[in-house]
Amino acid sequence: MSKLKYALFTGCTAKQSTPEQYMSTMAVAKKLGIELVELVEASCCGASHLQDYDEFLSLVLNARNIAYAEKHGLTMVTICNTCQLNTAMTKHKLDKDPELKAKVNEKLQEVGLVYKGTSEITHFLYAIIDDIGLDKIKEMVVKPLSQFNIAPFYGCHNIRPSELANEGHKTPESPYNPTSLDDLIIACGGESVDYEEKNKCCGFHVELQAPKTAAVLTGNAIAGAMDNNADMMVTPCPLCHLKLDTQADHAGEAIGRELEMPVLHMQQMVGLALGCDPKELGLQHHVVDVNFV
Amino acid sequence: MSTIETKKVKFSVFRFNADEDYLPYYDEYEMEVTSEEVVLDILNRIKWDHDGSFSYRRSCRHGICGACAIKVNGRSTLACKERMFDMIDLFGSELTLDPLSQKRAIKDMIIDKNDFWEKHAAVTPYLVAEIDEHPESENIVTPEEEHRLLDADLCIQCGACHYACPVVEINEEYFGPAAFTAAYRFSADVRDHSENRLKDVNEMGQGVWDCVKCFECAEVCPKEINPIEKITKLHQMAFQEGVAENNVAVRHAVGFKKSIEKRGVLDEGGLVLYSEGPAIVKHIPVALKMFKKGKIQMPWNIPTSKNLDEIKKLVKSSSTVEF
Ligand code: SF4
Ligand code: SF4
Ligand code: FES
Repeated sequence: MSKLKYALFTGCTAKQSTPEQYMSTMAVAKKLGIELVELVEASCCGASHLQDYDEFLSLVLNARNIAYAEKHGLTMVTICNTCQLNTAMTKHKLDKDPELKAKVNEKLQEVGLVYKGTSEITHFLYAIIDDIGLDKIKEMVVKPLSQFNIAPFYGCHNIRPSELANEGHKTPESPYNPTSLDDLIIACGGESVDYEEKNKCCGFHVELQAPKTAAVLTGNAIAGAMDNNADMMVTPCPLCHLKLDTQADHAGEAIGRELEMPVLHMQQMVGLALGCDPKELGLQHHVVDVNFV
Repeated sequence: MSTIETKKVKFSVFRFNADEDYLPYYDEYEMEVTSEEVVLDILNRIKWDHDGSFSYRRSCRHGICGACAIKVNGRSTLACKERMFDMIDLFGSELTLDPLSQKRAIKDMIIDKNDFWEKHAAVTPYLVAEIDEHPESENIVTPEEEHRLLDADLCIQCGACHYACPVVEINEEYFGPAAFTAAYRFSADVRDHSENRLKDVNEMGQGVWDCVKCFECAEVCPKEINPIEKITKLHQMAFQEGVAENNVAVRHAVGFKKSIEKRGVLDEGGLVLYSEGPAIVKHIPVALKMFKKGKIQMPWNIPTSKNLDEIKKLVKSSSTVEF
């Protein structure tokens, strides 16, 4: 098998509030023999808010990011559910609407770029499952997480809207009964925890304007995992991670109980199972300590 | 003659009579389900073959009256449209039937849908227009103008999206995806001149800014209407028509552009400061915890996109609205 190579769109949090997400992505890619070409030219995807203000601008900026992946001739890999949504949504719209694509390209031309639609866009979680495979991961595990009950938290934008989400990967996923993260937990030797909130929203996107709603949703998610005897949660989304890891106190107040739950990034979980050093995975950057390793 | 395929399913069915019961309970039925059946057929069989007191709403049986929406394994669905075998494919052979909202249950699958209708009424769900009673010519709406409605006028008010929406559950004021779809349908109509609707649906607390962008509504709509697409349009219309207020939600959206224009990458701290203004102080306790763990970068450590000049140029040339 030739070496896997992707264009990495890090998104903004990986370099700011979730440095551990960037660190663990790099560490896991190295272990899995994946080459990542970082798209250092990329701008913010707009996080599903810029489009509320100016949709065309959002399309142009996201098309520019994709154009850089196309220049490398590589599939774009995202490590954030919302980056995945915005980038894939842009691709979907432009590929379906030649007129819109032409309008966007008129702008990109000004800076010597073109959006062609030649690069696929997929979240790292699905790149691992589709291109490496769960069996291979299982083989490579050196430190199985066998003593842990791990609660998967999927995050909305990797599973909904399902039509768009399923364009990005080969292994089909149902938003009502998602399995990718459960399968990955099991491949890493862990026990996957089934609970009602696993495919629900963490509330991140209204954190500022509707703090109560955001806190209740985060609270329900952590409580659901706790009530089903999870030792930790795991998520492929850094925004979910921020909510679950840094906002547990607020969330607990909002639903009237004490909450605390260590939360791993999907990459950290895989990294631990593959024998990466916890420091290298950035576990020291969590607000809720991860002290079982 | 071809034989019809059947599958055995165990149903748990929500039962509750608000007049008599203190708590709801579940009845269990085991049935052979055929490939021909929809969820409504099962409701009928429970009532006709097992328990005549079992109650649910249905009328048209053709996916048009919107009466029969219930939840199957927590997923909102239109009972007369949803094929049983699709549900079995999705959830397996143990299925739970619930009303759209347990806390609003009156009798079994029948709920008090008043909150839904009140919110619908609150968004001025009709054309506001000065109509000349004796016009000299027809009021022509061009096909292009009609296309602006997208498919918002296909809503059958079934409530599937409304009771799937997590914000409706938490925030009683929130209008919800169906009401927003109705609001969009009329605000996008060229004949409409309502002055309040767009403002009402953009007000914080009740309006579109409280949507968490979970896409549950888009996923459940039996008419494939995609309510969050209309919610996004209502956001955009507020800017286009100059009714966006200077509040934390609006600044949060605008702040992304400011940040991107400056450094390509989002400046997280800068965005919170711009959105919140002086109210940023309430974030200090969490920010301190994050700072201790290396989760907050100093301004001089925040990265900048390579080829920033391209981004600046595009922001200038491609912007379509100003705030
Ligand atoms: S996307 Fe918004 S309106 Fe739709 S269900 Fe989620 S919170 Fe409700
Ligand atoms: S938008 Fe769809 S799900 Fe919501 S009430 Fe209308 S038809 Fe039902
Ligand atoms: S019975 Fe009318 S929509 Fe189902």
